[in-house]
Amino acid sequence: MIELYWLPKVEPWRERLRRLGDTGEALWDEAVALAGARIDAVQTNALDTMVHRAVREAPAALTDKPVRLAMLGSATMAHLHPAIRVAGLRRRLWVETYENDYGQYWQELSDPASGLHCFKPTAILLALDAHHLAAGISAASSRADVDAALADTCERIRTCWRLARDNFRCLVIQQLALPVHPPLLGSNEHRLAGSRASYIARLNAELRRVADTDGVALLALDARAARDGLMAWHNPELWHRAKQEVTPAAAPMYGELVMRLVAAERGRSYKALVFDLDNTIWGGVVGDDGVEGLVLGPGSPLGEAFADFQHYARELSRRGVILAACSKNDEKNALEPFDRHPEMVLKRSDIASFVANWSDKPANLRAVAEDLNIGLDALVFVDDNPFERELVRRELPMVAVPEISEDPAFYAQTLADAGYFEAVAITDEDRARAGQYQGNRQRAELKASATDLGSYLRGLDMRLLWRRFDRVGLNRTVQLINKTNQFNLTTRRYTEADVVGVMQDEQAFGVQLRLVDRFGDNGIIAIVIGRMQGEGDLLIDTWLMSCRVLGRQVEPTTLNLVAAMAKRLDARRLIGEYIPSAKNGMVRDHYARLGFGEIDGSGNATRHALDLAGFAARDTFVEIEEEKGQ
Amino acid sequence: MTEPEIYQALTTIFRDVFLRDDLDLRPELSAKDVPDWDSFKQIEIIIAVEENFGIKFRTREMDSLNNVGDLARLVASKT
Repeated sequence: MIELYWLPKVEPWRERLRRLGDTGEALWDEAVALAGARIDAVQTNALDTMVHRAVREAPAALTDKPVRLAMLGSATMAHLHPAIRVAGLRRRLWVETYENDYGQYWQELSDPASGLHCFKPTAILLALDAHHLAAGISAASSRADVDAALADTCERIRTCWRLARDNFRCLVIQQLALPVHPPLLGSNEHRLAGSRASYIARLNAELRRVADTDGVALLALDARAARDGLMAWHNPELWHRAKQEVTPAAAPMYGELVMRLVAAERGRSYKALVFDLDNTIWGGVVGDDGVEGLVLGPGSPLGEAFADFQHYARELSRRGVILAACSKNDEKNALEPFDRHPEMVLKRSDIASFVANWSDKPANLRAVAEDLNIGLDALVFVDDNPFERELVRRELPMVAVPEISEDPAFYAQTLADAGYFEAVAITDEDRARAGQYQGNRQRAELKASATDLGSYLRGLDMRLLWRRFDRVGLNRTVQLINKTNQFNLTTRRYTEADVVGVMQDEQAFGVQLRLVDRFGDNGIIAIVIGRMQGEGDLLIDTWLMSCRVLGRQVEPTTLNLVAAMAKRLDARRLIGEYIPSAKNGMVRDHYARLGFGEIDGSGNATRHALDLAGFAARDTFVEIEEEKGQ
Repeated sequence: MTEPEIYQALTTIFRDVFLRDDLDLRPELSAKDVPDWDSFKQIEIIIAVEENFGIKFRTREMDSLNNVGDLARLVASKT
């Protein structure tokens, strides 16, 4: 059985599950907590049942749009639904699931009257089983016939992708087939064209290739089976008994893998890896053992294991995960190994936020989140000390804190299995991120040396580069729309398809803004969506900004841009909305500060107007330019 | 493992699978006595029992199970 072994045991889980229905307003938080425990297939099903007994539809308080996931396939999938929903719950997402009538996936995709169309999916998972995919392939087949069948199957699947895209404009996930067929030759199986085992391997390889072209996310069950062993995923007895290709014992992991992709598409993967230092990235306690006494690098298996973990962390940072350190130490001691230990793989410059003091870890994790300008729910915290882990879980339940083995040899594998940093694509932003955080420190140093704010800002040589929404920036745009909580006037969450809708709407505009200064490129830092509404009013539907560029006059400069774009649509007034959320109090007076007058409101929301006839562009230290397409 | 120990472990499994804490296992209890005990729940029970006792059932053995008594005897023969 595949265990979700990085999740903590939560006690008394059984009793808390039984009482779930009596928890009243705390029900959702309690359900999320129970879903975050290390649970097996039976517990997963039980939790799903209890949640659905108590709650019929998505709780109103959720800011994230519910997920409507349709599974399409030809084998039994009913046993997988609860695990997918519970994996959603683990991420505070409400998930509705659907599956096609037995074997009818093709018809349902094409027929506008089908159950699939009525369901209106926001994500489609094409989960075709290996037996279905290899139907007709036999050792007696000629190579030419097998090649033709492969091309045909691949084209059929791509047509499904196109139908899914065209009809639903939603996330499409393709499950790669499990290698369930026993080989006929052995190690050189690939030399027998008509072997179903080698056929499935070829099909998976081909699907990987075309999925890149078609922008489809892959659910790589074949790779999981290679790691976990086929028997962990597939039980031939249950295939024969119930046509369950994925064994129910693996359902919790299956749900995890599916929901990681859905969450990643919504920009909800974790962003930063925060680690303790002593006995987490090196062996020993630097304050006691001294730099010379640390166990790190060649010479001992343990030292090699710590160095290997550092190496994994550095590789993560190179693909866009932010690194931070959080340690109970004197700062001087904590920094010393970075300066003096020859076997340190991680350099001081790899770490975007470094906190070493004697405050408690929850307080320091708050400081790290603030320093990095990201939410606590974007942090993964690794600490060898079970006491610290438990304290952080209790105080900051939104921080992911994996259970890790006492043996550092398994740290990296645990992080990988936990899938915190799942990504469906790598953007240039991701690659550049480490450099951006370094630039932040240099900016802070300049700020400390400049005597007044004006000369500091002038000295930054800031340029705000704007670009209309486009395909190239789509990933990052969607990520920001779904992840930005604080500087976000309306907290409206949009999918890729919604953003494409804005691109196509001539009475609307969507712009992404990049801030460049003498220390480097801050990346895309703000998004604005405007839409004409009624006679001459341009409604600012969405205005959000990354907090790391606060206090740099980006807001008034953005207003200049918005006003210019509104005039192009013949607008006479700008209408700005503020919808309060639990996290966006900082922008309550945003429109007042920019000279808008409040006109009306409903509930807690307020609306503000700015007359464009008398509008003079605000004077700022930020140059504004259109960024040319790539 | 003694028979009472096996029954006790099975009771916990059945109560978790069916979310019914009033379920008492008797040897003659079978699928027709418990609402929701369908073929899927049957598989869930089997998987939980295999995991709990660290044993594996064969196809023929699973086919021969008619009630809780059969299951308890099968577990006893493998533990």
